[in-house]
Amino acid sequence: MADPAIAIVGAGPAGIRAAEALSQHGLSAILIDEAPKGGGQIYRQPPDSFQRAASGRYGFEARKASALHRTIQRLATAIDYRPSTLAWNVCDGRLDTLCAGRGESVVFDILIIATGAMDRLLPLPGWTLPGVYALGGAQIALKYQGCAIGRRTVFLGTGPLLYLVAYQYAKAGAEIEAVLDVNPAHAKRRALFGLASSPRTLAKGIYYRTWLGAHGIAVEEGVTPMGIAGTDEVREVRYRRGSVEKSVRCDAVGLGFGLKAETQLADLAGCRFRFDRESRQWLPERNSDGESSVSGVYLAGDGAGIGGADAAELWGERVGLSIAARCGRRRDASRIATIDRRLALLARFRAGLERAFPLPMHGSRLSDDTILCRCEAIRVGQVKEAIRAFDVVEMNRMKAITRVGMGRCQGRMCGLAAAELLATETQQDLAAVGRLRGQPPIKPLPMPWPSAP
Amino acid sequence: MKPSASARHSTDEAAQPRMVRLVDAERARLTFRLDGAPATAQEGDTILTAVLTARRYLVESACGEGKRAGFCLMGACQECWVTVDGTRARACNTLVIAGMSVATGGHFTGG
Repeated sequence: MADPAIAIVGAGPAGIRAAEALSQHGLSAILIDEAPKGGGQIYRQPPDSFQRAASGRYGFEARKASALHRTIQRLATAIDYRPSTLAWNVCDGRLDTLCAGRGESVVFDILIIATGAMDRLLPLPGWTLPGVYALGGAQIALKYQGCAIGRRTVFLGTGPLLYLVAYQYAKAGAEIEAVLDVNPAHAKRRALFGLASSPRTLAKGIYYRTWLGAHGIAVEEGVTPMGIAGTDEVREVRYRRGSVEKSVRCDAVGLGFGLKAETQLADLAGCRFRFDRESRQWLPERNSDGESSVSGVYLAGDGAGIGGADAAELWGERVGLSIAARCGRRRDASRIATIDRRLALLARFRAGLERAFPLPMHGSRLSDDTILCRCEAIRVGQVKEAIRAFDVVEMNRMKAITRVGMGRCQGRMCGLAAAELLATETQQDLAAVGRLRGQPPIKPLPMPWPSAP
Repeated sequence: MKPSASARHSTDEAAQPRMVRLVDAERARLTFRLDGAPATAQEGDTILTAVLTARRYLVESACGEGKRAGFCLMGACQECWVTVDGTRARACNTLVIAGMSVATGGHFTGG
């Protein structure tokens, strides 16, 4: 039996390790990645002209980042690696891709979806003002472009990334006005038990938090964000702590409430989804081999649920080993057992993090004039009105009537808040309002495509 | 290029570009055209970086709701579409190439 055609989408920690494991078993894959260089968002590599050492760019993770970069560099010549290529559709065993204006279909027998994550965002009054950036975006500005998003930055939201990015900015010489965490310190202390299953990661988190305090950077926990104020751009962040209203002047805000899986391709591939209570997101199901409900479609890394970069590397390898065994290679039972043990440990740690940094509930209590959909400037009040007027009880119906989720980002920015709003307005459980259906192309394509040279 | 204390507290903030180069801030220069005028970038700059280290805004919102300056910087939010040599491109993940022509205004008129 000839070896199957294997395609991998995403060259982050999961995709690269999957390709490596396959390659070690004599199986070749087509590795498709939107970025010009491998590493994913977390280990994103800057353009060649940047000199800064990996230790400065990736901090404590520099060793892991460099190891992953070496692996993709080695694989690049050994496998069919296609950087700068967008996989914009999957249908009937075929991926539709676009690279430098040239469209191409990739036929596969086995597909690994390793599409990673993006910032989990919630609207706030003023969140469309110039100067407000997604937290992960603020980090990319620094590690990919050597830039700060402004001169005086406030980091607002929650999650481990909040403290990490603030630390990285401060280390690079940026001025930080405040770090505002919507979750109180006591929630984190309560969750410590779960976090203790991964002491090294826990220690890093405590280190960043302590470092910021020791360097005189204001860190406030348990705040309620009220809005970002300014006319043409960000001027200040307003928030409440207990009954006290406060504000802090700034010209930039890094905003983020954790991470969210990029699941569009899994959706188009027909994978069955389940509602995950912990992250309040719909996620594609996968078994212990990483296979989805669709035979031959595998899921690895944060694209199947947030687990972090270490878990993504392990899942990538695990999926690679599963597929190798499926293709008649010797099943490496002892390595699989080791990976599964580590993944179980990391899953406990992740559950602790979700308890320490839960998504705040302000999404369902936004003022009517707050912009919900950034793409089309649709406000909370307009959506509420439409929900009532048309008896909307389901997300795709809401999309059809209000256009929320129909804009260019296809609900990536507002989908979560829109679901919370619909659930609250109709007094339904969040799972009951459903989820936005994915549509190809999963990202806008330049049309007409320039002809191939 | 760390901003000096005086720059930081300047009252004339509006005159300063939005983004600040902190690391690897002196790289080879290249020239391109921005909205018809000559402009300078550094090698390895995305279009978004090149524009926002010179200006405070990138584009007008697609539905006339104000100025925008990018948001997610990872190709997800779709708020930074510009026209590059007659073709649409995202400013956050398109690197500036010497001689390229970038138009920020025509992003919703096709291109």
